[in-house]
Amino acid sequence: MKELVIISGKGGTGKTSLTACFAFLAPNKVLADCDVDAADLHILVHPEIHHEEDFRGAAKAAIDREKCSQCQKCRETCRFGAINAELVVNPLSCEGCGVCVHVCSEQAVSLEEGLNGHWCISDTRFGPMVHASLFPGAENSGKLVALVRNQARDLARKKEIPLVLVDGAPGVGCPVISSLTGADRVLIVTEPTLSGLHDMERAMQLVRGFRIPAWVVINKCDINPEVADRIEQVALRNESKVIGRIPYDPEVIQSMVQRRCAVENGDSSASRAIRGIWERLAPDLLS
Amino acid sequence: MTPMIISVASGKGGTGKTTVATSLAWVLGSTAQLLDCDVEEPNCHVLMKPVLQESQPVAVPVPVVDANKCSLCGKCGEICRFSSIVVIGNQVLTFPEMCHGCGGCTLLCPENAITEGGRELGVIETGFAGPVEFVHGRLRVGEAMSPPLIRAVKHRINRHKIAILDAPPGASCPVIQTITGSDFIVMVTEPTPFGLHDLKIAVGAIEDLGIPLGVILNRSDIGDGEVHGFCSQKGIPLLAEIPHERRIAEGYARGNLLVDSTPQYVDTFLELFVTIRDLINGNRPHLEETKS
Repeated sequence: MKELVIISGKGGTGKTSLTACFAFLAPNKVLADCDVDAADLHILVHPEIHHEEDFRGAAKAAIDREKCSQCQKCRETCRFGAINAELVVNPLSCEGCGVCVHVCSEQAVSLEEGLNGHWCISDTRFGPMVHASLFPGAENSGKLVALVRNQARDLARKKEIPLVLVDGAPGVGCPVISSLTGADRVLIVTEPTLSGLHDMERAMQLVRGFRIPAWVVINKCDINPEVADRIEQVALRNESKVIGRIPYDPEVIQSMVQRRCAVENGDSSASRAIRGIWERLAPDLLS
Repeated sequence: MTPMIISVASGKGGTGKTTVATSLAWVLGSTAQLLDCDVEEPNCHVLMKPVLQESQPVAVPVPVVDANKCSLCGKCGEICRFSSIVVIGNQVLTFPEMCHGCGGCTLLCPENAITEGGRELGVIETGFAGPVEFVHGRLRVGEAMSPPLIRAVKHRINRHKIAILDAPPGASCPVIQTITGSDFIVMVTEPTPFGLHDLKIAVGAIEDLGIPLGVILNRSDIGDGEVHGFCSQKGIPLLAEIPHERRIAEGYARGNLLVDSTPQYVDTFLELFVTIRDLINGNRPHLEETKS
């Protein structure tokens, strides 16, 4: 079984649109949407949820007013400024470290685990998918990403499916690191803008740290051919390779509006390019 | 000019947050301070080309154990909620990359055997882009925890200026860390199913904070009309529309500001600021009413 993780560095370069196209083109796969704070893959693959569970991650401090002697020790030791002068806990600042629980001489503080989101296993028109939604503002996206990936891999093993396609998050922080740990292959989707190049270099540096082979796809490649060439050079320097270029094509947005993926809509230029990329990836992924 | 804090956020990535934040800062000139809080992938400097005068590393405190003092009692491992310190056999192991820097182990060690070192999260760089005061954070690649670095960027907010904060994409803790304490939030989105879906999630998070917001529709002539529908149903003001133009995309690709590649937008952004200021002023009494 192989697991391909699709990331980008910069947001909005086309990760999810491309993942959905691969989902259409790959014969037998499990999908995992690991962009848990803004998951969009479901919009294109139409899941029917058949298993749903709560995700409980971050614990938050709670102060029992009855027991509290107002000594202020919890507020003074909190490094995150999560307890105000009235000794009210701000859940958005609380890290759940529990230092306040230990310093309270009245045993008035406890940690309460809250509901942070949900995760589901679904059937989609392209096969099984594991996906999740983190509540707005919630923490622990890394843990939820790890959970979604583990569930997707378990499902693939059980059903003897040879491929897991992971739609990753933008950036290089917690959820991205969590989606790369132990992955087999990475595909970085970028665009030929100076911002896209800058962000791709950081994503590539992260991937190199994990020693995972990375491919690069340049989306909207005709916006600036010169920057596209620089992306090729940077990829080579990082022992990576540009495996395809997708031209700017309004059909991609039109497909999205129809809740379909770009390769389903006939013979557009983007569709041809994406099919070509898949043909180059498939031998390695399905071997 | 009244000082204020305006955050630019989006939900979905790549909708034009940085385009809006940089052009807004640019037209406000010396009254503005631009702070790039997208520390995982900061891009404001690509467009603003600031002269950076100062660079300061930001670290999170992590435990350093003095083996001579340690009695191997295991208390540190018991209290650590992040599995970053543990006693195994006759030694203490620390995993500094897991540490949140709460200081619990240092504070509670009965032998006072633990002091604090630092794990570098990244750097904060400051300077000027023309007349605009500029601050950004750059997360060290490989570091997972961005919120403490975002907090450090926000400590640099100049209270005498109009601070413009460029937020990261998404709707989880780094975004909340950025936008908390703002007077207004500009949501930049695009009229597509992805743009709408992620806008709804982000608006849900902002509603909990009670901060007034408005929407800028970028590439407003692609996609469908559903973002319009959502905004009017929710009573969210549509602040501006920026139609898709090849020369805007090409200018951005070269690292040019929107107001440079298409100068007619200078007026759009000046009007945008006036609208935001009026909305903040109009909203203040309303907010105080709802709070009391």
